[in-house]
Amino acid sequence: MRQEFTITVYTENHIGLLVRIATMFSRRKINIESLNTSPSEAEGIHRFTIVINETEEVVRKLARQIEKQVEVLKAYYNTNDEIVWQELALYKVPTDEIAEKVKVERLLREYGARAVVIRKDYTIFETSGHREETEKLVEVLAPYGLIEFVRSARVAIIKDSKGFHEKLKEFDDAEPGEEQIENEFLDKQDEVFTM
Amino acid sequence: MSTIEKIETTVNPEPKIISSEKGSELTGSQAVLEALIVEGVDTVFGYPGGAIMPIYDALYDYHDKLKHILVRHEQGGIHAAQGFARSSGKTGVVFATSGPGATNLVTGLADAMIDSTPLVAITGQVFAHLLGTDAFQETDVVNITTPVTKWNYQVTDATEIPAVLAKAFYIAGSGRPGPVLIDITKNAQMQKFSYEGYKKCNHVRSYRPKPIVRKEYIEEAAKLINEAEKPFVIFGQGVILGRAEKEFKVFIEKAGIPSAWTILGLSALPTDHPLNVGMLGMHGNYGPNVMTNECDVLIAVGMRFDDRVTGRLDKYAKQAKVIHLDIDPSEIDKNVKATVGVWGDCKETLPLLTKAVEAKVYPQWLEKFRACDAEENKEVIFEELHPSTEKLTMGEVIRNLNELTDGNAIIVTDVGQHQMVACRYAKFNQSKSNITSGGLGTMGFALPAAIGAKFGAQDRTVVAIIGDGGIQMTIQELGTIMQTGINVKIMILNNEFLGMVRQWQQLFNDRRYSFVDIASPDYVMVAKGYGIEGQKVTQRDNLKQALQTMLEHKGSYLLEVMVGKENNVFPMVPQGCSVSEVRLK
Repeated sequence: MRQEFTITVYTENHIGLLVRIATMFSRRKINIESLNTSPSEAEGIHRFTIVINETEEVVRKLARQIEKQVEVLKAYYNTNDEIVWQELALYKVPTDEIAEKVKVERLLREYGARAVVIRKDYTIFETSGHREETEKLVEVLAPYGLIEFVRSARVAIIKDSKGFHEKLKEFDDAEPGEEQIENEFLDKQDEVFTM
Repeated sequence: MSTIEKIETTVNPEPKIISSEKGSELTGSQAVLEALIVEGVDTVFGYPGGAIMPIYDALYDYHDKLKHILVRHEQGGIHAAQGFARSSGKTGVVFATSGPGATNLVTGLADAMIDSTPLVAITGQVFAHLLGTDAFQETDVVNITTPVTKWNYQVTDATEIPAVLAKAFYIAGSGRPGPVLIDITKNAQMQKFSYEGYKKCNHVRSYRPKPIVRKEYIEEAAKLINEAEKPFVIFGQGVILGRAEKEFKVFIEKAGIPSAWTILGLSALPTDHPLNVGMLGMHGNYGPNVMTNECDVLIAVGMRFDDRVTGRLDKYAKQAKVIHLDIDPSEIDKNVKATVGVWGDCKETLPLLTKAVEAKVYPQWLEKFRACDAEENKEVIFEELHPSTEKLTMGEVIRNLNELTDGNAIIVTDVGQHQMVACRYAKFNQSKSNITSGGLGTMGFALPAAIGAKFGAQDRTVVAIIGDGGIQMTIQELGTIMQTGINVKIMILNNEFLGMVRQWQQLFNDRRYSFVDIASPDYVMVAKGYGIEGQKVTQRDNLKQALQTMLEHKGSYLLEVMVGKENNVFPMVPQGCSVSEVRLK
């Protein structure tokens, strides 16, 4: 059964790695619904958050193929109930429309939005949440001349994670690698061979 | 016509002595060559061009330490490096220039990737300040080669070179080997920097070449094997790449288990070993295919369940418990679900397994394989090896070759019918002797790979067996043979067709022979033009003598053998069929 999976990949922060990871999906003709890259809790370690719609079997194999890449440290995959996630959305609307026709205050409260910029000609709201929530506000604002809308990729925290160091250690215990000792070097980028 | 004489390549009469002491000033190019020397590289295949000229200029001072083989096309260069790696067990090295030079490597990289061949490809690139400007011979090589390399990297500063090359050799050769491409901009090649020496790399924090062996999986696997009544071992190139031929032999001999090979695993176990029951897959032997669906425990060692081996997956070994030994965790459960996955280098896992299994024999079970052999012999093999037809068969050519080499030659095959026939019938006594393009099926592989294989194992006889299609794809490498004087025996099995495609068209497309009747030049004359002796054989009476002449000839020799035009390779597991539906005719 296909469902939404969030893949979290911990990597070195290297040029070209995005392509290497992206081709893992494109060569299997899998569409990436959302992709975010950011730093992680471990210094110098990059974190990709990727959302796809696939079966568990496909995602499991995919995660292993991703993890096989030289510059990838770990790849996890989770279903939606195993993570807490958010997406950020921005909405630009004409200020006079909003001021005249909608009770701004109610709007902000109902959708947990807040005004980022208020100018004479336009106002920008920001809200974060799940896709349904941010999309709802689009519907609500549409009749009032929504000028621009943009939504960020998903960022997600794995509920059952004690952070990368701990998680990596767990994996090491389950699937020991020769360089188990490498955990000790995680925060010491200068002392290990990275390129 | 005299035999081929080596044409002396121009050498630098006054090579500069380059100091590689710490603190000496080197150019990036010199640092590249110093790296190769420390890594034990003695032979490099390549082709110069604008963007790699600084490296070639440096090479002019290094010709006493590094042998450079000038090929005729970059694809030939990388296939030669592959052949070198496969016959020597070392990492192959190839140089090419930017743009077309680099893109010509792509087929070889893909081939090396799918067949896990350790390679380091070094390409020149335009000056760093020109990157992205569509400069002359600029191609985004790193992005083009990303899916077909184990790792790749672009160097824009000479100071990076020692560390990057150390990492390249480490990644290419460790774990499951593969090709690595290093793209070096011209300015980095020319840049002088203070050389701090070359330190070999043995650790990359995000990379785990081999998982640690877990004892409990070994125990589980041994338990399954000990309880089995009809165990069956299937092995692949992992045994050769892991240098575990001995460990493998000890294991199957103690456990008494019949063993069959994939074409890349061929030669890891001597062909005439009593437990060697033959070849797996689409054109494999009858017994191994049928017994895959009858065994109760299937033990896969260093192989990846390619579709040409498994046939229809949902009808593959469903009755069996599967034990899968592999160094690459992503291979386990990829195609065939393993009951027990034993992660690790088979050099380590096999001895542990040997210790844990009981010494056994399975005479009745082995007898079943023998019965299949008898049937296959009656239906296919005897006629192929001792044909009653007027026309020669590929099988009888291989049989005659076996009688002369006694299984001691390195056989390099191209792709197609001759490849399947050679793998089925060639005799091998020692490992690293069967070199072929397995996963990618690259026509044109054999001639350059044979050249490389000979450079990698100079004391051995190398016979390239090639079809009339494949030879025409890389025939220009005869020029490399001419110039280097290397001794390679080239045997063209000419059926005047692209035989394998024709076979499929006959069997599945109602004999609609669409564009498979390929014409050939006079190969003997072509060879002569390159100063290579040769002859053409059309009659059975002349075959053995011709083979003898070829093998005894001092230097390279080209033998064209005309074989039956519409012979088919059998047995055959038709695509989409189960291995137990293997056809004998």
